[in-house]
Amino acid sequence: MAINKPYNNRAWLGVLPVLLIVAFSAVIPLMTVVNYSVQDILDFNSRFYVGLDWYRETLQDPRFIEAFGRQVLFSLSVLAIEIPLGILVARGLPKSGAWTSVLLILLAVPLLIPWNVVGTIWQIYARSDIGLLGVGLNELGLAFNYTSNPTHAWLTLIAMDVWHWTSLVALLSFAGLTSVPPAYYQAAELDGASKWQVFRYVEMPRLGGVLVIAVLLRLMDSFMIYTEPFVLTGGGPGNATTFLSQYLATMAVGQFDLGPAAAFSVIYFLFILLFCWIFYNSVMTDETVEDAVENTANNNEARHHD
Amino acid sequence: MTSVSRWVLVFYCIYLLLPLYWLMTMALRTNSDITGKFEVIPSHPTLANFAEIVSNPVWYQAFGNSLSYVVLNTLISICVALPAAYVFSRYRFLGDRQLFFWLLTNRMAPPAVFLLPFFQLYSSIGLFDTPLAVALAHCLFTVPLSVWILEGFMSGVPSEVDEMAKIDGHSFAYFFFRIFIPINRGAIGVTLFFCFMFSWVELLLARTLTGSTTKPIVVVMTRTVSASGLDWGVLAAAGALTVVPGIIVVWFVRKHLVKGFALGRV
Repeated sequence: MAINKPYNNRAWLGVLPVLLIVAFSAVIPLMTVVNYSVQDILDFNSRFYVGLDWYRETLQDPRFIEAFGRQVLFSLSVLAIEIPLGILVARGLPKSGAWTSVLLILLAVPLLIPWNVVGTIWQIYARSDIGLLGVGLNELGLAFNYTSNPTHAWLTLIAMDVWHWTSLVALLSFAGLTSVPPAYYQAAELDGASKWQVFRYVEMPRLGGVLVIAVLLRLMDSFMIYTEPFVLTGGGPGNATTFLSQYLATMAVGQFDLGPAAAFSVIYFLFILLFCWIFYNSVMTDETVEDAVENTANNNEARHHD
Repeated sequence: MTSVSRWVLVFYCIYLLLPLYWLMTMALRTNSDITGKFEVIPSHPTLANFAEIVSNPVWYQAFGNSLSYVVLNTLISICVALPAAYVFSRYRFLGDRQLFFWLLTNRMAPPAVFLLPFFQLYSSIGLFDTPLAVALAHCLFTVPLSVWILEGFMSGVPSEVDEMAKIDGHSFAYFFFRIFIPINRGAIGVTLFFCFMFSWVELLLARTLTGSTTKPIVVVMTRTVSASGLDWGVLAAAGALTVVPGIIVVWFVRKHLVKGFALGRV
C-alpha cells in the first residue's frame, strides 16, 4: 500500500469530473433551500425576507424536539444492533466454497428490494390477523399488534431495519475479514490466544476501515429514514413513530410551509453533518489504523519471544 | 466464539428468509385470498399476478424505464469515479481529506424539502422526464460511493506497477486503459453492484424527476396501490421481480465482492 504518497496538486484534474457532476446536483439545490429558509413564501410571487425567524421557531418547536429525540433513539438502536450482528454474521460465513456464494446472494437480497416494498412486506408480515410474524407471536401468547401499541410499532420498525440493512454491515465486514492473512490466525493459535483475543487483536484492526464506512452509511441513512416507516406505520400510532423526515414531509408537502420546512432541513442537515464530522475525524486518521496494525504486530512478536 | 458466530448466521438466515417467503406466498395468491385468511402454505397458488405484470405494458415499460436510468447512472458514476479514485489512491493534494468528506456529505440531505429544488433545477435545463435527469440526480450518492470503493481497491495495487509501465515506455493513457483498468476489473464489478443497488431502490428522487413517459417501476408500484385499492398480490409479484436484475448482477460479481474490498484500505 502506498503509504508515502507524493504531494501533487495536479491531481485535482483527476477529481474535476467528480467535483463538477456532484456539485451540479448538490450545491444548487442546497443554496435554493437555504434561500427558502430565510423567506416567508405565500406563493411563488409573493415572498418576504424574514431573516432567521424560521430557525428560531424550529428550534423552539416542541414537536421538532420530540421528533429529533425519537430519531436519535432510533438511529442509536439500529446501529447498536446492526453493527455487532453484522460482524457476527460475517464471522459465521464460511471463507470459501459453494455455500459462500449462496449465502452472499441471500444477504444481498434485502438490499435490492425497493424501500417501499420493504415497508409493504413488513406491513403484511407483521399484521396480527394475516401476517406470519403477527399471527405467530399471537400464537405464542403475546398480544402483538403494531397498529395500536406504540412499543410494538417501534419494535417492528427496528426489526424491519435490522432485516433490511444488517446485510450491508455483514458484507462489508466479511470483505474486511477475508483480508486477514491466514498466517496471523496460525500465529495467534501458536501463542494460545483466546477466541476473544483473536477477535480483538487480529480481526478488529483489519475491520476498522470498513466499519467506519458501515457506521457512517448506516448513521446517515437511518437518520433520514422515510419511506419504510411511512408505508409501515405512517408515523403512528399517534405520533409514536414520526421521525424527522416524516414530520418534515408533512410540513413541506402537506401544509406547504416551505420557509419553516427549509429551515428545518438546514438544521437537520447540519446535525447529521456534525455527527458524521466528529465520527470521521475521531476515527478516520490514517495513524489510528496503522498504529493498531503495528501494535498487533508488536504484540505478536513480543509473545513469540516469550 | 466461532461456533457462536455460526449459530448467529443460521438464525439470521432464517430471520432473513421468513419475510422473503411471505413475499413469495403473497405473490402467488389473489388479493382477496391474502386479506381474507391466514395460511402458511397457499392452498390455491396462482400465477395470475405475474401474468398481469408481463402482459400489462404499464408494468413492463416501467421495468425498462428503471433499467435505463440505472444503467446510465452506473456508467456515468464509474467513468467519473475512475480517474478520481486513481488520484486519491496515488497522490496527496491540497484539501484531499476535506474533499473526500464533502463527497460523503451529499448522502445526508434530507429528501423532503430538497425535492422541490431538484425538480426546478432539472426542469429549467429541460431534462425533466428523461432518464438522464434521474441518472444525474442519483450520481449525488453513487459517485461518492464509487470513488470510495475504487480508491480502496486501487490503493491495494502497488505503485511499482505505474513505474514499470513508465520504464517500459508506455504512455499514461496506454497504462491507465490497457494495464491499470484491467487489473481493477474486480473493483469495477463491485462498484457496479453498489451503484446499481442504490440507484435501483431509490424512490423519492425518481418519483420527482419522472413524468408519464418515464415512470420507473418503484413509482408504478406506489401508484397502482392507490389507484386500484391496494392489490397486494400484484404488488408482491412486482416486488419479487424487482430483485431479479440485482441478483443477476450479484451473481456476476460474487467472487469480486469478497476479494475486492479485501485488497484495499481495509
